[in-house]
Amino acid sequence: MTKFTGEEGKMAKVIVVTSGKGGVGKTTSTAALGAALAQKNQKTVVVDFDVGLRNLDLVMGAERRVVYDIVNVIQGDAKLPQALIRDKRLETLFLLPASQTRDKDALTQDGVDQVINELKRYFDWIICDSPAGIERGATLAMRHADIAVVVTNPEVSSVRDSDRIIGMLDAKTLKAENGERVEKHLLLTRYDALRAERGDMLKVDDVLEILSIPLLGIIPESTDVLRASNIGAPVTLADTRSAPSMAYFDAARRLEGEVVPISIPGQKQGLFGKIFGRRAA
Amino acid sequence: MTAVLTDSRSIRIKGRSFLAVVLSPDLPFDHWLARLDDLAARSAGFFLGRPVVLDVADLPISRAELQGLIEELGKRNVSIMGVEGARPSLLGPGMPPGLKGGRPASDVEVTAKEPMFETPAAAPEEGAEAEKPAVVVTVPEVRPVLQSTIIHEPVRSGQSILFPEGDVTIVGSVASGAEVIAGGSVHIYGAARGRILAGSLGNRQARIFCRKLEAEMLAIDGIYIMAEDMDPGFRGQSVQLWLEGDVIMAEILS
Repeated sequence: MTKFTGEEGKMAKVIVVTSGKGGVGKTTSTAALGAALAQKNQKTVVVDFDVGLRNLDLVMGAERRVVYDIVNVIQGDAKLPQALIRDKRLETLFLLPASQTRDKDALTQDGVDQVINELKRYFDWIICDSPAGIERGATLAMRHADIAVVVTNPEVSSVRDSDRIIGMLDAKTLKAENGERVEKHLLLTRYDALRAERGDMLKVDDVLEILSIPLLGIIPESTDVLRASNIGAPVTLADTRSAPSMAYFDAARRLEGEVVPISIPGQKQGLFGKIFGRRAA
Repeated sequence: MTAVLTDSRSIRIKGRSFLAVVLSPDLPFDHWLARLDDLAARSAGFFLGRPVVLDVADLPISRAELQGLIEELGKRNVSIMGVEGARPSLLGPGMPPGLKGGRPASDVEVTAKEPMFETPAAAPEEGAEAEKPAVVVTVPEVRPVLQSTIIHEPVRSGQSILFPEGDVTIVGSVASGAEVIAGGSVHIYGAARGRILAGSLGNRQARIFCRKLEAEMLAIDGIYIMAEDMDPGFRGQSVQLWLEGDVIMAEILS
């Protein structure tokens, strides 16, 4: 069903997209970053760790093509290539879906270790979509991470949950066990600059000051995001010129190590946008 | 039915450490008790008012035997505050509680009464061999070793820094939902947003220093203050806090 051309010696990077709190945009961001990296001709797989409440297949538009899932692979009912679903629009983009019928205890540490190590042979980027919460599913999703993308809304409860998750990234990952550090980045989603300026939302500086990790990007609140997930496409595939897409493309470039100044797309013209852009940088 | 609390004062809970005397009896108990009587005869009031812990680790005894021993000790005015190293089956209702996690301190030495010639003798259970007619017990003063620890990164929500030994310095912030509990003072080079407890083992001299006060709760030596009871003028300021009587005082650091 799927053919691989695993190149020897390349370094796969494992990213976990995590937040603690639910509904902040983890799955949307996983899909958008995955599609953005895949469009640069990098072999990318997005892995759904939310066993029991899977969503990534819907956002990727692959819900009717799921035959086997990560639990089948872990339990030996299917081989990894059988479970991987290649995206119809991008041949470098793959999905490893979660099971909807099992519960999260079906994921075992050994099983996850095996799956991730095998994926590392085939892919440049492995993006793990973490479930909400701080339990087993979330800790297994972050276990192999080289890089963590901490998705946060500019709102106090989301910020505090993210802070908790950052603490866990420093304690419960393989890197932490080996005395290394997971690279942590903040992805601020659903950001509405006008509402933040009115005081209805936390400002970028406030969030950065509380969490004290580097900023990967600011994704503006936009109906484009909702429209994209309703048609089953990552926003970076559905409308590449929309404001959230461009913000995700910039974030993907930063993940690759490029230095890209941070700004809110669509507001560069106004004086306010200029001031804001400078302050957020 | 709801009970109405007329007294709004909160319960004050503190930690306190005492130096307990640990008795390690050996078998048979009647021989051991005879040696204890011999010691007690030469130092009246040896155990009076002193916290005594019975160490029964590795002793092949039954609950009845332990109960008998405690009764025998009671007759000699030795009241046992706890039993260490006991299997759960050895202890029952009406018996002293089991203790765990004791840390060794220096031996309690039995010394002769002559003021100029303080001859150190053996530990109490071997004291029977000592031939001094009058014995006085001096418990060496336990000097707290001043210690401190430095945390080089932010204390995240859900994390807890526990350091009863002394001062804690944090180079970073303490997040909302995090807590720092120190035996001594707490220094925070960042924002204090969580719960900060200084002097938690009964140190009234402990202080709290922070770059930016946004704490949920502050406590010094068991006296605490919640965020909503703090003077709003100190919020967001660089502040030091200390204890005067039963009141936490604050001052903005310039």
